[in-house]
Amino acid sequence: MKVDRRSFLSLLIGGAAGTALSPLPWKLTDDLSIWTQNWPWTPVPQRGESYYETTTCTLCPGGCGVKVRKIDERCVKIEGADEHPVNKGGVCILGLSGLQLLYGPTRIKTPLKRVGEKGEGKWRSISWQEALDELASRLKQVRSKGTPEKAACLLDGIDGTVGRLFQRLMTVYGSPNLFCMPAAEDASKAALKLAGGSAVRAGFDLEEADFVLSFGCGLLDGWGSPVRVFKANSSWKDGHTTVVQVEPRLSNTAAKADHWLAVKPGSEAELALAMANVIIGRNLYDSEFISNYCDNFEGLKRLVALHTPETAAAATGLGPETIVKWAVEFARASRPVALYGRGQGRASAGSLRDCMAIMLLNALVGGFNRSGGMWIVPEYDYIAWQEPELDEVARAGLERPRADGSGGGKDGLTLSLVQRLLGTDAEQLPEVLMVARCNPVYSLAGSGGVEDNFRKIPFVVSFSSFMDETAAMADLVLPEHLYLETLEDVPVSAGLNFPLIGLCRPVTEPQFNTMALGEIVIRLAGIMGGTVAGAFQWDDYETCLKETLENKWETLEEQGFWYDSGFRPPAWDQAFGDAGGKFRLAGGKIDEILEAEEITPAGDPAQFPLVLVPYDSIRLANGYIGDPPFMIKSVWDDVLEGKDVCIQINPATARKYAVAEGKVVHLVTPVGKARVKVHLDEAVMPGIVCIPRGLGHTAYDAYLAGKGINVNALIGSMEEAASGFDAAWGIRAKLA
Amino acid sequence: MKQEQTKHRPKRYGMVIDLDKCTGCGSCMVACMAENNVPFKKDESDKLLSITWMRVYKITNGKSFPDSDICYIPRPCQHCAGQHEGHSPCVSVCPATATDYSRETGIVSQIYTRCFGCRYCMAACPYHARYFNWWDPVWPDGMEKYLNPDVSPRMRGVVEKCSFCFHRYQAAKDKAYLEGRRVVEEDEYQTACTQACPAGAIVFGDLNNPDHLVHKLVKPDLKNGGRPRNPEVFRLLERLGTNPKVYYKSSRQWVRKAGDNYLPGEKPGAVIQKSHS
Repeated sequence: MKVDRRSFLSLLIGGAAGTALSPLPWKLTDDLSIWTQNWPWTPVPQRGESYYETTTCTLCPGGCGVKVRKIDERCVKIEGADEHPVNKGGVCILGLSGLQLLYGPTRIKTPLKRVGEKGEGKWRSISWQEALDELASRLKQVRSKGTPEKAACLLDGIDGTVGRLFQRLMTVYGSPNLFCMPAAEDASKAALKLAGGSAVRAGFDLEEADFVLSFGCGLLDGWGSPVRVFKANSSWKDGHTTVVQVEPRLSNTAAKADHWLAVKPGSEAELALAMANVIIGRNLYDSEFISNYCDNFEGLKRLVALHTPETAAAATGLGPETIVKWAVEFARASRPVALYGRGQGRASAGSLRDCMAIMLLNALVGGFNRSGGMWIVPEYDYIAWQEPELDEVARAGLERPRADGSGGGKDGLTLSLVQRLLGTDAEQLPEVLMVARCNPVYSLAGSGGVEDNFRKIPFVVSFSSFMDETAAMADLVLPEHLYLETLEDVPVSAGLNFPLIGLCRPVTEPQFNTMALGEIVIRLAGIMGGTVAGAFQWDDYETCLKETLENKWETLEEQGFWYDSGFRPPAWDQAFGDAGGKFRLAGGKIDEILEAEEITPAGDPAQFPLVLVPYDSIRLANGYIGDPPFMIKSVWDDVLEGKDVCIQINPATARKYAVAEGKVVHLVTPVGKARVKVHLDEAVMPGIVCIPRGLGHTAYDAYLAGKGINVNALIGSMEEAASGFDAAWGIRAKLA
Repeated sequence: MKQEQTKHRPKRYGMVIDLDKCTGCGSCMVACMAENNVPFKKDESDKLLSITWMRVYKITNGKSFPDSDICYIPRPCQHCAGQHEGHSPCVSVCPATATDYSRETGIVSQIYTRCFGCRYCMAACPYHARYFNWWDPVWPDGMEKYLNPDVSPRMRGVVEKCSFCFHRYQAAKDKAYLEGRRVVEEDEYQTACTQACPAGAIVFGDLNNPDHLVHKLVKPDLKNGGRPRNPEVFRLLERLGTNPKVYYKSSRQWVRKAGDNYLPGEKPGAVIQKSHS
């Protein structure tokens, strides 16, 4: 056959057309994409039986019920438990990220003993027996010198059995130095104590309120039990609840509130007292409550007379007519509530003056124990163990003063004056310090000084599941189980207006060689011997837990939580102290606290013209738990740019100090200095510099460490003289 | 195909997000990442390279302190129906049929193994809802344990996007079938973001079904591309005619106005969508 030009072209074109019409090219593109996608390193998740197990989330104090979706033995997803009274099926961003903590690379896999210098990160893996022996011998050493008070313990709280086991350990050991990390709840408990309530805490009937006056509370930024407050906020939108947010920055809460009152930071008490002045002056207070159930109204009148709307106008930057207007609206609402606790309310306790002033507003409108108001809820009392027997050393040790100079929980107001134990200027450092469920090296104000102090403490023990900043500074790490691996009671406070005990139970086998924290305490006590061992007669922690919760255990196992669904707060005549006790509005310590000047941030205004105010964001976990990868991924690009954190300043401030958007500057405070990027934002009051908490970790993994700055290292403690509380809400600053 | 549609009424799954209730907390984003095996990198601050099927945007009213205001807009794939049902911007440009419009559910699919990474769809999508895998996903050692077997992890070189958790629809359909039912109930099929939202701001369901809450909230004008008849409800870039199935609800006019481009003085909601039929 002769191949001429014509037949050659016909063949070529015909072939091309034929191929194009055949499925071949499409099949080839499809196959090509499949071939180029079947890489062995792309994981193929194993299939298996899918089912749910429920437990309680303990990543924050909120106490939400969660269900974990499992595929065979793997946990694959955390969701909110639908029937749970706290979160009713909702779940927050941190709760959702829990599996990244469980399976994450920062878990501590086995007990560790330091071999290098402190903080150098050189460790030797040891057995649990070795670890417990080492800690016991250290504790015995201190005790044998007759100075048991030189051993201290720092926890997140002592409401549950684990906290109480530590407390018991410290008692039989003979040290009064048990400390808890500060939180706004400490201030409200102390305020209630001064006003007449004992062993009570504040709860809020948020869902029923029709007027919410929030003094800087980050209601939508993680305050209280976050999911519950989110849900309450949605019900406020559906109903006709007015929400007024008092804050110098347009936070999520302020943006979603009906009204935003931008006040100068630190002037909240002035505003609250001036509002009290207006309410009293115009006879808008609840006269039934005030005249029958309160003491010393005359004293309160005298106190607030000094705080007129005009004086408060100067302090807050609001107009006097605005202050009058909102005071009147607050008092005229039928179910108003005033809320306390800056941001998430967990960075510091705040000042007792703020807390008292805000609580007085609730008192004036008769808001206690009433629908939509502030409820006085009894503290949990289900842990009723026998008093332990003490030996001579313990009795002597317990008589000695606490390192914070206060009476602690006994006759003092709080156990949480941690700044006096570990803060920058702390003088009396302990010889042995046990730290559980908190990260003071990162999260205390003036954390640079705290870190230095940690270097000076001869022996630091961390019980952390993660290599956080505090664990990194420890001499011995005894890693506890993560919440998804452990069995424990979780008594919830967090502003709930009813008592609820959640049950945290293992949804998976422990991933590593860790131990339940309660078990660690009981075994440690056993090794210590003598009266210390005698106080812990349980075979193991599980026995202790079941015995303690005897009558509630069945309910707990069955539904995952126990709560008093019919809980109603006591009537006014039963609410304050003993029967017939009254709510003290003024006098004594209350006067001393309220008459004090507002606490001003450290620094000379001439040298440091700006004020640095940290803020809390729901997308940045800033307590003991660091941000998991999912959460840090969700952080806005105007907050974190590469490794730089952006400060928020008002464009007017930027013009004044000649800095522009995106510029890298140094933020200088009397305590420290850090590199930051400038972000201009109309959401911030002029003269204020805002930085989020939760960044600037040095420990943890590459997903979190080294991003941004830790604002706690730039601020110092701001101790309120009358109470010793650390308000620590900011510091003076400048840009350089 | 036609017969199938007459036998089973087609569904139009859609979403309403209440922007008054949305607090910008980000739970929807993380619920989505956890459900759909979305990977993460060490640095995710460059949002153009950060894969988030559901992303929350922040908008401001542009006013000075203290009149400034913020609103958050969660943005999943909008599952556009286009001018004619199925004429979504991305579907019409895909040369590999890797993305398709389901007339049964109204969901725009993404079939990773068909995608060869040309990214036409990304260019066509007016909502930036599509993301390209520039790198292979890497889970730190041990973390691959939490991967969901219902959703295949993607690999370098393919585009991915929100699927309205289609695997959940399949599971719900299977369950209904096994129980001898034809209908998937409203609460049986919900997306991960809807389920997780602590504020209850997201509502998901069948826009064609008058009993579903989405229908009640939107009151869609089904003859007119599903345009909302509720004056507080709007869609993003309404006048492009993409006819998305994600609706937003806000009581604030400046927010509704931010949903599209308007001439000075023009009132939002005045956009009239002419049907081509």
